[in-house]
Order: sequence, then structure tokens, then C-alpha cells
Amino acid sequence: MNAAQSTAASRSFWLGFALLAGLILLVFPVLLDSFRLNLVGRYLTYAFVAVGLVLCWGYGGILSLGQGVFFGLGGYCLAMFLKLESSTPEATAIQSTPGIPDFMDWNQITALPWFWEPFNYLPVALIAVLVVPAVFAYVIGVAMFKRRVSGVYFAIITQAIAAIMTILIIGQQGYTGGINGITDLRTLLGWDIRSESAKTILYFVNAVLLLGALVLARWILTSKLGRILVAMRGKEDRVRFSGYSVANFKIFIFCVAAAMSGVGGAMFTLQFGFMSPSFVGIVPSIEMVIFAAVGGRLSILGAVYGALIVNWAKSALSEAFPELWLFAMGALFIAVVMAFPNGLAGLYSVYVAPIFPRIRAWAQRTRGMAPSATSASAPPLAEPEVSNAR
Amino acid sequence: MFDGYTLGELGSILAMQGFAGLTLFSVFVLMALGLAIIFGQMGVINMAHGEFMILGAYVTYVVSTVFADFMPALFGSYFFLAMALAFVTAGALGALVEWAMIRHLYHRPLDTLLATWGLSLIMQQVFRSVFGAREVGVTLPDWLMGSFQLTDLIEVPINGLFVMALTFLIALGVYLILFRSRWGNQSRAVVQNRAMAGAVGIDTGRMDRMTFALGCGIAGVAGSAFTMIGSTGPTAGQLYIVDTFLVVVFGGAQSLLGTIASAFVISQSQSTMEFFLSGSMAKVLTLLTVVVILMLRPQGLFSLKLRR
Amino acid sequence: MPADNKFVLSIEGLTVSFDGFKAVNDLSLYVDENEIRVIIGPNGAGKTTVLDLICGRTKADAGSIVFKDKELTKMKENQIVQAGVGRFFQNPSVYEELTVYENLELSYPRGRSVFGALFFRPDAELVERVEEVAETIFLADHLYDVAGELSHGQKQWLEIGMLLVQDPALMMLDEPVAGMSVTERRQTAELLHRIIQDRSVIVVEHDMNFVADIAHRVTVMHQGSVLSEGSMQHVQSDPRVKEVYLGH
Repeated sequence: MNAAQSTAASRSFWLGFALLAGLILLVFPVLLDSFRLNLVGRYLTYAFVAVGLVLCWGYGGILSLGQGVFFGLGGYCLAMFLKLESSTPEATAIQSTPGIPDFMDWNQITALPWFWEPFNYLPVALIAVLVVPAVFAYVIGVAMFKRRVSGVYFAIITQAIAAIMTILIIGQQGYTGGINGITDLRTLLGWDIRSESAKTILYFVNAVLLLGALVLARWILTSKLGRILVAMRGKEDRVRFSGYSVANFKIFIFCVAAAMSGVGGAMFTLQFGFMSPSFVGIVPSIEMVIFAAVGGRLSILGAVYGALIVNWAKSALSEAFPELWLFAMGALFIAVVMAFPNGLAGLYSVYVAPIFPRIRAWAQRTRGMAPSATSASAPPLAEPEVSNAR
Repeated sequence: MFDGYTLGELGSILAMQGFAGLTLFSVFVLMALGLAIIFGQMGVINMAHGEFMILGAYVTYVVSTVFADFMPALFGSYFFLAMALAFVTAGALGALVEWAMIRHLYHRPLDTLLATWGLSLIMQQVFRSVFGAREVGVTLPDWLMGSFQLTDLIEVPINGLFVMALTFLIALGVYLILFRSRWGNQSRAVVQNRAMAGAVGIDTGRMDRMTFALGCGIAGVAGSAFTMIGSTGPTAGQLYIVDTFLVVVFGGAQSLLGTIASAFVISQSQSTMEFFLSGSMAKVLTLLTVVVILMLRPQGLFSLKLRR
Repeated sequence: MPADNKFVLSIEGLTVSFDGFKAVNDLSLYVDENEIRVIIGPNGAGKTTVLDLICGRTKADAGSIVFKDKELTKMKENQIVQAGVGRFFQNPSVYEELTVYENLELSYPRGRSVFGALFFRPDAELVERVEEVAETIFLADHLYDVAGELSHGQKQWLEIGMLLVQDPALMMLDEPVAGMSVTERRQTAELLHRIIQDRSVIVVEHDMNFVADIAHRVTVMHQGSVLSEGSMQHVQSDPRVKEVYLGH
């Protein structure tokens, strides 16, 4: 890519970014009623996971089937704080042990477990939202990537971890709230998060954080580290002999993806007032992969659209024809792998993007000007890296 | 966790749990054998493997119902026909799937994983649409009912024994096919050097399809055997798939003996712990141990140092 | 030979076996500063394995490889590269999805840690170096082409360029002219002549003209051990070498 091309690529990304920002910050809030907007907010929390998966799967070549674990960890970290806030001794006076979360009381636990203690403080909880998933990912990453476990082995082990995590959360209901999760979260530092206005504000917080995650992802991908990831995906061994520690780069990108998922989970907790193991297990985790795959595994913007479209289709279909949804989901998995490996972003760059230069050339011709060489413009939706994919 | 049990009771508990573990072991081995062929030999991850097993179970269920309704006199022997049909049905579907899907994805293992996951969702929904969401069980023929009373604390159910014997026979069969038949030779040749195998006149495409079909067929038989000890629901396959993959990977994907040994270790530790801890914690501990060991020794327990 | 003198690389008692087969057996080898050493030997003698062992791709069962006072057998591939050992691969393995420029940029020995790479910004020195190397390897006009679209010969040159940018103190070349046309072979030989100056080089090669042309000393390997070592004339007249190559 020469200087002109990379400028065009950069311009097209920011154009696409601006379009997406306009869509989620203006178009949706104006057009949708509060119920639908709330749904979009839910989908956008999954988009964090999808963007993380584009980084670690699309670029890093690491397919994690356990991203729900990180989504859940982030979500639980915040949920623990919110739960403690709402479990004041006054509010829980009817319990046999007042001042601890209700589900603990139901499970005959009489004192707050030690690992709950730090979550009495909001700053700790907020830091934990990022750090707990990242540290967990770091431990998994060091154990696996330093020993060169990758590919399908890594995928299966992360899937096993998702299974273990779910069983653990459900089994230890005295400490975790069990299968129902941590529910009935009402206030954040006294602010009622269930009110209509709070929900709208949280939608915007979520949207802005997501856009921030996209900027971060873009910055990572355009750094030299991004190019090392691309190099690694094709020729891992060769990268070692260029003097790089492949494992460290994998660990890093896996941690970034985990932290992003954690933020998504925390935003889910805030917007919906609960967090439960139903986001942690094998099935939700692999569904999150399909968001990224549908959007285009090499397009961070595409990942957001993927999360929006798949989830919208899921709500629409499972409301109308619950039987059909699994068929549709199954078919989606197969189709996106066999027919559209680069997802929507790939389709866009093949079929839609080429239209723009033509329109511009046509416009310039009608104005009696020769088309300039630099007008070879670029797709606003997809990053041009898509064209390099397998 | 041992308080309150006498030594004799502990021994009996261990024996009983050991036997329960052996039944779980049979299920693992049956499922893992098919996987070991497909994953170990071909390097293909088939996430729908559990659904192929459930397909075999449903075939058995249908056959048993047909026998009960139309040929009650022959009911005692329906199982053998059911098993053959389960093998053929699952195998045929496997061949079809290989032809339509898998063969296009041989160089993209992660994509195979996702596509076969999609297949598993579709199969689950088909099961649910056809057989309903509730679990179905088959009626055992009389000769499989009951149990042997060894001591007054230890009794051994006959259906469990039967499944174990069946497992042994199927494992033996797989061994003979893979390592003692001409077909198995060719199959392994394709795995080790595709170009060379093609050059000496083996139809590698056909070989892939047959290997995949064989793996799926064995999953079908596994499902058939599974009906002897448990009931069948549309999502039962998914419950076992991760465990089974761990079994195969833990044993060292290429080694048949390793697969069986690791199935034994995992099932025994899980069922023994199950008695003393809650079922879920036993499973957590078992899976966690396996994952940790795999992190320490990613190539599995039984594998060789090979030149890369 | 004692190990405590000025050898750049001293290998002692190196042994590795694969599944019971001893590919390299108690091998000792010493390379001087600025020496060009060629390793020859029949197929399966363990030549490529020795290179794999030096650059950390294969782990030794026993023995030591000391490069500039550093024990390589305990280091990881990327650390060995950072210590100054470069490797040219038998099959050109450039980064096909990246441009020639990016291929060379990644080989430049800076910003190799995770955060180093994240915050790395190309400076004038890097750009100058990359352009200079691109000139040397005849790819100045292809700087912004994707490497996957280059011809086989051009990929080979790019591979050499990547090694050049890396500027290793010890360079290992595995059959650098194998599979090349006569013209490409001549051009590549010229190129290699230029880049092997001022550093120690180990070459594995079958092309005897090429070997005679560049070698300071030749090591003949057979069944994982050193069979003979010395000047080209010395090893060519060694009866054991003749037997190995012609005997059977």
C-alpha cells in the first residue's frame, strides 16, 4: 500500500466510522421507541465482544470460543458492586443476616465472602471490569501460547473453560447467585438505573464507549503491531525468525479482546440490571463468534453491524417463528463459512464499494471534468485490509 | 469428606462408583472412537459429532417402537437391527456432509469447527421438530433388565455390562479396521502423505469421505448403545461434545490406545468424585484438571516427538 | 579444540533424536569471526537439522551451542534472532499479505517487544535503510506491491533483503540457490557475495560450483556427525568423503 492508498484507506475508515457513529448516536435514538432503543443497546454490548474477536480471531488467528467468559466476568464485577449497594442492612432487614446479598442469605451464608469485599468500592469494581477479564486471559494466554497451543486446540480448551465457568457459577449459588445470576440491581451511587432517562443516558454511554473501543482497535491495527499480527496469521514461524515473540503478541491481543468483552458485559449489567451465567457458557460464546463472522472477521466496523443484524434477526425470528431460529442460526454458521468468509464487509467491498468511483467518475464527466487519479476511492464500511484475506 | 463411612462401606462405594464410572467410560470411548478417527486421522473438528450420536439413538428408538408395535415376538433382538441401522444412517449422513461441506474446508480447521457447529444446531432442531423436545427412552428387552447382586452392597446392572461388552467389541473392530485392514492402511496413508497416496493410486477424495462416514457411523452406534443406559433428547449430544473432545485431545489425538486410556482416567475420576462432592463440582474439578494438564503437556499424554 | 577462544559460534556434543532416530549425533563445530563455512553431505546427513538447532526451531537433547558467550540451546527463537543470528529459509517465506516495504519494516531490528511495536513509529533512518535494501535486492520499484504477487525469484530476493535489514552477525543460508534458473542463480550468487561480507556465515548447499566459489572451510556431515572438515581441496581428497558420496 503506498502513501496515497493508505490515505484513501484511512479516509474510508473514518468515513465509515462517522456513518456508524451517526447511526447509533443520532438515527437510532431519533427513530426508535425506548423499548427498541434498549434492545439496540443490548446488541451494542455484544458488539464489544465482536470487535474483540475481529482483533484476536480475524487478525491474530486465535479463535476463542470462550469470549462469553470475559463478557460475564466484566458483567459480574459491576453486578457485584451494584448488588452490594442495594443490599444495605436497612433494605435487607428481613433477612436472617442483613447487609449481605439476598441470594447469599437464601443459601445460609452468614458473612460476605472475602472476594466480595473489594466490590464495596466503585473504583475497584470499575478497574476490575477491565482487569479481571484481562488477567484471566493473560493466565490462559501464557499457559497456552507459550507452549504453542493454538488453532483448534485453543478453541476447544477455551470452550471447555466456558463450560467449567458456567458449571462453577451455577454450582456455587451461595457466592454467585447461581443460575439466576445477580439480579434486582437498582441504583448506581444512588442513581436509579431503571428509570427511563437513566436507560437513555446509559445507551449513549454504551455507544460512546463502543466508538472508543473501535478507535482503540483501529489504532492497534494500524500500528506496527497490527502488521505483525497479519504477518503472524500467515507465517507464524517466520515471525519468530524476524525476532518477535509470537506468544507475547498473541497474549496481548487476546487480553485486549478480553478486556473489551468485559466492558461490554459491564455495560450490559448497567443497562439491564442483572448478569447471569446464560452469557458465559458454550452456546452464547460461540454465538458471539458468529457476530464477528457475519460482519466480516477482518472488519471492526463490520463486527458492530454483525452484532446488530444477527441479534435483530434473532429477536425478530424467535418472536415470530421460534422453530425457525435454530435452523436460521445453523444455516448462518454454514453460509458465512462456506459462501461469505469475509462476511458483510467482504460483500460490501466486492459489490458496493466499486460503485462509488463509478458514480464519482460519472459526476465528474457530467461536470465536464476528467476523473482524477486519486478518486480511486474506498469502501466506507470495510477496511481495505479485507481484500487481503484468504 | 470420608467421615462417617466404615472402610468396608468406602470400598463398596468405590466399587459402585467405579462401575458407574465404567459406564460413563463406555459412553466416552464410544463417542471418542468416532472422533479419534475424524479428528485424529483427518484433523477435522466435527462439532456435530454428538448429534450424529443422537441420530443413532433416535434410530434405535424408532426401531424399538416399530418392533414393539408390529413384531412383539422378536422384541428381544431388535437392538441388533437397530444398531446396524444406526450405523448405516449416521454413516450415510456423514458421507453426505463430507461431500457437501467438509471437503471444501480441509485447509481451514477453524472454519470447519464453526460450520459443523451450524450443522449441529440444524440437526438439533430437526430432532426437536420430529421427536419433540422431551427426552425419549427405549424399552429394554427383558434379558437386559435387572442386575447381578455381588455382595449386599454391590450390585451390577446388566445393561451396563452389555454396553461395556459392546464398547469393547466396537473398539476392537475399529482397531482391526484402521490397523489391520487394507482399507485402514490406505486411510492412514492418505493422512500421512496425501500427494504420495494419490500418486500410488488411492482415490484420496473417496478415502476422506469413507473415513468421515466411518467416524459418523461409529457415533451412530455409540448413540444406539447410549439408549441402553439413558434417555435421549435433542440436545443430549451437546452435553458430551466438549468432554469427548477433551478425552481425545488428552489422549493424544493420534493414538487410539491413548484415547481409551484418557477416557478411562477422566470417567473414573469424575464418577468417583461425584459421590463425595456435588455432581457439578466433580465435573468442574475433572475438566479443570484435564485443562491444566493439557496446558502443561499440550500434545496429550501419548504422542511422539516429531521433526517439524 | 578448546572452547574458550574467539570463535563466534562453538557447537559441542550436539545431539538430537526424533522418535529414536539420531538425526544429529555428538556433533562439534566451530565457526570463526567473518568465516564463511559451508556444510555439505548426502541427504539425511542432518545439515538442515543443525541449522534448526542453532536457530532454536528444534530443541537439542544434549550438547551446547555457544554464540558470542550466549548459550543458544536455552533460548527461544526470537531471542536467538535478537542476539544476532539470522536464517534464510529453503523455501522463501515472506509475508505474502504485506507489501515489500512492510516486509522489510518488520525485519528492522527495532520495536520488537509488544509495546515497542504498538508505539513504534517509522523514522527517517528506517525509511532510508529500507529503501537502500530494496535497491540492493532489485525491488526498489516494487516497494508498495503486495509480496504475494512477486515472482518466485523476487520473493527469494525479498527474503534476502529481510535478512539484510536484520543485519545479523551470524547468517545461516539453507540451499540459497536451489530450485533457481541459471540466470536467477547467477544474480542470487552475486547478491549473496555482497551480503555475506563482514559477518560469519553458515551455508548448506549442494551446488559444488557455488560451494567452491564462496567457502572458506567446508564441513562434510554424514549420519548426524562430522565426517571431514577443512578446505575444499582437503575434503575432496578425503577418502571417507569419497566413500560416502560414491561408495554405495
